[in-house]
Amino acid sequence: MSASKGLPADIAIPESTARVGTPAWQRAVWVVLGIAVAAAPIFVLESFHLFQLTMAVIMALAVLGLNIVTGYNGQISLGHGAFFAVGAYCTAIFMSHYDWSFWATLPISAAVCAALGFAIGFPALRLAGHYLALTTFSLAVAVPQILKHKSIEDWTGGVQGLFLVKPDAPAGLPLSADQWMYVVTVIVAGACFLLVSNLIRSRIGRALMATRDHPTAAEAMGMDIGSLKTRAFAVSAMITGIAGSLSAVAIEFVAPDSFSFGVSISLFVGMVVGGVASVLGSLFGGLFVLFVPNIAEAISKAAPGVIYGVILIAFLFLLPDGFAGLLRRVAARLRR
Amino acid sequence: MTTTRRTLLGGTAGVLALPGLLRAQESPGVTASEIRIGTTYALSGPASAYSLIPKCLTAMFKRLNEQGGINGRQVNFLVYDDAYSPPKTLEQTRRLVEQDKVAFLFNNLGTPTNSAIHRYVNQRKIPHLFLATGADKWADPKGYPWTIGWQPSYRTEAQIYAKHILEQKPNARIGLLHQNDDFGKDYVNGVKDVLGARFDAMVRTASHEATDATIDSQVVSLQAAGCDALVCGIIPRFASQAIRRVFDLGWKPLMFMSNVSVSGAVVIEPAGKEKAIGLITSDYRKDQSDPSWADDPGMKEWRDFMARYIPDGELGDNNYTYAYGVGLTLLQVLRQCGNNLSRENVLKQATSLKPLELPTLLPGVTVGTSPDNYHPIRHMQLQRWDGRGWVRFGKVIEGAQV
Repeated sequence: MSASKGLPADIAIPESTARVGTPAWQRAVWVVLGIAVAAAPIFVLESFHLFQLTMAVIMALAVLGLNIVTGYNGQISLGHGAFFAVGAYCTAIFMSHYDWSFWATLPISAAVCAALGFAIGFPALRLAGHYLALTTFSLAVAVPQILKHKSIEDWTGGVQGLFLVKPDAPAGLPLSADQWMYVVTVIVAGACFLLVSNLIRSRIGRALMATRDHPTAAEAMGMDIGSLKTRAFAVSAMITGIAGSLSAVAIEFVAPDSFSFGVSISLFVGMVVGGVASVLGSLFGGLFVLFVPNIAEAISKAAPGVIYGVILIAFLFLLPDGFAGLLRRVAARLRR
Repeated sequence: MTTTRRTLLGGTAGVLALPGLLRAQESPGVTASEIRIGTTYALSGPASAYSLIPKCLTAMFKRLNEQGGINGRQVNFLVYDDAYSPPKTLEQTRRLVEQDKVAFLFNNLGTPTNSAIHRYVNQRKIPHLFLATGADKWADPKGYPWTIGWQPSYRTEAQIYAKHILEQKPNARIGLLHQNDDFGKDYVNGVKDVLGARFDAMVRTASHEATDATIDSQVVSLQAAGCDALVCGIIPRFASQAIRRVFDLGWKPLMFMSNVSVSGAVVIEPAGKEKAIGLITSDYRKDQSDPSWADDPGMKEWRDFMARYIPDGELGDNNYTYAYGVGLTLLQVLRQCGNNLSRENVLKQATSLKPLELPTLLPGVTVGTSPDNYHPIRHMQLQRWDGRGWVRFGKVIEGAQV
């Protein structure tokens, strides 16, 4: 991308001090530790909890997608549930009508969602703030109805939706279908998290944030804001779409009712609670949107929505900048 | 080695006791003092009006437990919120089955939500009993033997209308107006079940999309085709339009309306109370607002139950009469199971119910199942709009044997 052409490398934004001097062996330790933490649930949790965790990781990935465009690039989207749905349907259609393997459908749904995101990115250039939020929200409201439409019913299965089957573990691996699904999810999500965190730390990531913080200055520095914004939308939609693909196979069923506008709102909540503009925060956001409704329901069956709201407000009050902000503050205190 | 009398007797007793012991251990969700049953409902979200049903069921199990439970076992009824979202239904169902280890699932709400768990419960062989949805797909004993509905399906309803038409006008030309989705197509299938080979000759169909603005052209085309009977498998918004349009055209067919679209306030009044005179629909429940049930012992039983266990409940809400009926059906199944609450036996008893009259159902409407009949309620009575209210007429009619 030619986004920051004209920005001489030697006067680039000051390197963040934390990363300077992290020795290679230390980074290796973190990676090994991360893999161990990600793999532990396979052996520790029984299948239902593993399934829940799989769903949480999927939500985290979807939140990560939203975070790119809203958190890092400052374009508020309340319509990412639409990309989630399109990703899920791409996978479902190819798996149930054409018997493709899950892995083969993944690049297709990524490409379709990226293209869709790119297309949505164009009107987004002319709309800012609340107007963009409403426009994307209308997308989230429209998609379930479009999925029911007669003209594409042969593919989408209409109101009844589509059934598909989870991939089995490759022969030789002693894993159940649930365990394998978790492994698949962690591999795909892990790769996306790694790529995104690299992207964010790169020249392009800095350009995205500069566009968010001060578009005029960014443009004066020679960044092509239009292209940055549309591409941010494309990458963001792609990642949320991949999460949608994973959710379709994990649940083995897609229907328009699975993708009401509530999904978009959940993703937004996950992003804010986890931490706006934070890669790691997205992970917490995913855990939050999956597990907190269950906690709310355990407290009150009569009005789970009210309890959820109270918990949410409490979180925003206690952690105004999300889990990620909490981590940052703790880290800052330790360093002092 | 010699076999003493004592070891022989002891051994024999042990062997004989073994199946009993094994059974006690093999039935998930069942202990000596408890049986655990689960369901998923929309407690939050747009469909949460139905949450009155699990509220009523919970109260019924409370009454049962106060009376000593079933065979000495207390019923522990777990209700989880799925917000009418299929992925959430799967998650909550897995929680019920794998974590809470319920014996079986009962009366889960909704068609898309139950679709999401249809295969899961059948693979795991978990009884999935008496669902709160009117779709016909739950009656598939061969493909999905562990799932069974309860209320008459839309298909059964259409069968009943077709039977009535054949009785009244054997040579009728039938117009069939239906929504182009699974709900509407159940009506086509139901009429086809009754007419068989004569369907093509007797019936003219016209379908519309749920997204259409009006259905005027469909109504006009059916009139132009010379139909003298009209069966409508449509939702409330279009029902009002159809009633008004038929009246305005001066067309007087024998007109039947899906019983999801017969609310006085939502459908009839917007269309015009006078314009709907003669419209026919069907029901299987007693309408609690109908004064003829004021002294009915069945409805009295239900009112006493409500007064005692749900004193703040709105008596006009027919979710309560529905819940009372489906709850009693399950209690009958549990009673028939006796001491064997294995999943196999629960399913076996649920699919071998002898015709059972229930207090909140119309006289003559019974709940009955067999291993190849997964339509528990197959009877309904017709009712006609007289300008002020629905008036029942004729005998209870049974759906076709398919």
